[in-house]
Amino acid sequence: MADALIQTTDLVKEYLVGEQTVAALRGISVSIEKGEFVAVMGPSGSGKSTFMNLIGCLDSATRGDYVLAGERISALSGDALAAIRNKRIGFVFQQFNLLPRTSALDNVELPLLYGGVPAAERHERAKKRLAEVGLADRMDHHPAQLSGGQQQRVAIARALINNPVLILADEPTGALDSRTSVEVMALLQQLNRDGMTVVMVTHEQDIAAFARRNIHFRDGLVVEDHPVPKINDAEAMLRRGRAPAKVA
Amino acid sequence: MDLLATLRIALRALKVNKLRSVLTMLGIIIGVGAVITMIAVGGGAQARVEEQIKSLGSNLMIIVPGSTTSSGVRLGGSSAQTLTEDDAWSITREVHEVQVSAPSSRGSGQIVAGNSNWSTVIQGVTPEYLEVRDWPIVSGRGFEPQEISGAGKVALIGQSAAKQLFGDADPVDQQIRIRKVPFTIVGVLDKKGQSMMGQDQDDVVLVPLTTARNRLFGNPQGKLRRVGVISVKVRDGQNMKEAEDRIRELMRQRHKLQPGADDDFTIRNLTEILQAQEASSKVLTLLLAAVASVSLLVGGIGIMNIMLVSVTERTREIGLRMAVGARAGDILKQFLVEAVTLSLIGGLLGIAFGLGGSLAIGEFAGWRTSLSPESVVLAVGFAAAIGIFFGFYPARKASRLSPIEALRYE
Repeated sequence: MADALIQTTDLVKEYLVGEQTVAALRGISVSIEKGEFVAVMGPSGSGKSTFMNLIGCLDSATRGDYVLAGERISALSGDALAAIRNKRIGFVFQQFNLLPRTSALDNVELPLLYGGVPAAERHERAKKRLAEVGLADRMDHHPAQLSGGQQQRVAIARALINNPVLILADEPTGALDSRTSVEVMALLQQLNRDGMTVVMVTHEQDIAAFARRNIHFRDGLVVEDHPVPKINDAEAMLRRGRAPAKVA
Repeated sequence: MDLLATLRIALRALKVNKLRSVLTMLGIIIGVGAVITMIAVGGGAQARVEEQIKSLGSNLMIIVPGSTTSSGVRLGGSSAQTLTEDDAWSITREVHEVQVSAPSSRGSGQIVAGNSNWSTVIQGVTPEYLEVRDWPIVSGRGFEPQEISGAGKVALIGQSAAKQLFGDADPVDQQIRIRKVPFTIVGVLDKKGQSMMGQDQDDVVLVPLTTARNRLFGNPQGKLRRVGVISVKVRDGQNMKEAEDRIRELMRQRHKLQPGADDDFTIRNLTEILQAQEASSKVLTLLLAAVASVSLLVGGIGIMNIMLVSVTERTREIGLRMAVGARAGDILKQFLVEAVTLSLIGGLLGIAFGLGGSLAIGEFAGWRTSLSPESVVLAVGFAAAIGIFFGFYPARKASRLSPIEALRYE
């Protein structure tokens, strides 16, 4: 536990709905080591998205403690949280969230812009990342000119650009067909093999099976936390040329 | 994030909705254009008055014969010649506020020079007249004392009259005939321009007062040395009103008017009239600029409106930018720069529009316009200020969005 990347202690998040307080998280204590690949699962309303927002530093907890890479997040101001998101965390969203009418290169550069990196270095690093996700020849394309899988790879390149300690993927395959889903999973598994910690929210059982550890949420609590017994190997599936049936 | 990158983002965002951006700018373009044009029109009016004051001579009053009553019938002004040359000299002598006063008489006549001729104003004057009117001689010389006392046949010529009679040739030492009397031109007067009434003051020939009386206008009461007008220059820093009262008192005394009787002369304080005109043209300029500023204000509200729409439309983009590390300040700056870019581009186009507008008004309405660099700087500064002022609220709204809600926004 000494070098846990993510350490939450009794994390509670409450919302005020009208005059009633609704607890989205009711005391979450989770520890995620460096280099893990975790899938967070649960039905809607279980609190998994709230948990993601908290560990992604997009929101702050009502009570409890969160330590990311040795830093107590609960104590930080809005600007400090922005800096953490910029330097430490790479986000991958279901809807890709790329800037429209903006080239893939400029999209990947975006975090560096807010990190104050000079223009020449921004281009250099963004080009390198795009090449790594196999889009070296699509740098000047706008999102509208790219397929869903390509857009998600641009988003992953953007998530990686600042060498984060954590990739947070929120339903990364939710908007993709099954084959491109496997391609994206192959990319995430590759990153994980290279040492990157990946936390992914999904409600799909077979997508969760690409991870090494599954955490199940229900009603704001962790109900199950176990290693994946039989991990799907995305590369092998692609080599065999078949994708698993997608659960709608 | 550096300003250049922010500016690039702003320009890209504005390019996405070209028509919308241009329409929004139009408010500022019209506003800035209107302010510049109106200030130019007002400034033109003001400059014209100022020029008239200058051409008139400063601190000037004129005394003209006034209404006279003859057997109970009141006659209008200038119906009789009640002023004399001695009135003028005694004003200079006895009213200490007066720097100099000059008698003159005025008529018109045909002037012949060689084979060209021209009908113009002929004024009989003394050297004091030029001093009162601040009217220098640009070439040749003025009248000599013996020419004044001896009714010399010499003349000074205004620039317009000289051009009519001699073209570009030098009029000095040329011979002319005024009402068939031969004269020698001894000097050329400086250019004065239009008078308050729109008359060309340079279309004139000046001759000695005595010459005018004895040889040209044929005064039947020559011994009384009647004159048409007395022009008075009051010393700098003296109260014009007090000087006027003192002159009136002296004139009534000299003309032996009973207390209660009407003045038989009228004193016109021309400088005062012009200064009043100048003040009113300043008010006019201010009023025009104020009305034009309203359109600038409306343009600003248009910017605010569009920026609010833009913030709503781009909520997801804002959420994403925050997720990848944009601070609230970065978002504020981005939208503020966008609003200011809109208003500044509008402002610059507005300058062109304003320049064109004031040229067009000068050309087609024939009004004089005067563009001041200050008004251009002012209008653009104002446009930028409007961008900041009206862009601030939408930008702050954007920067205060919660990243999660912004990301989830549909």
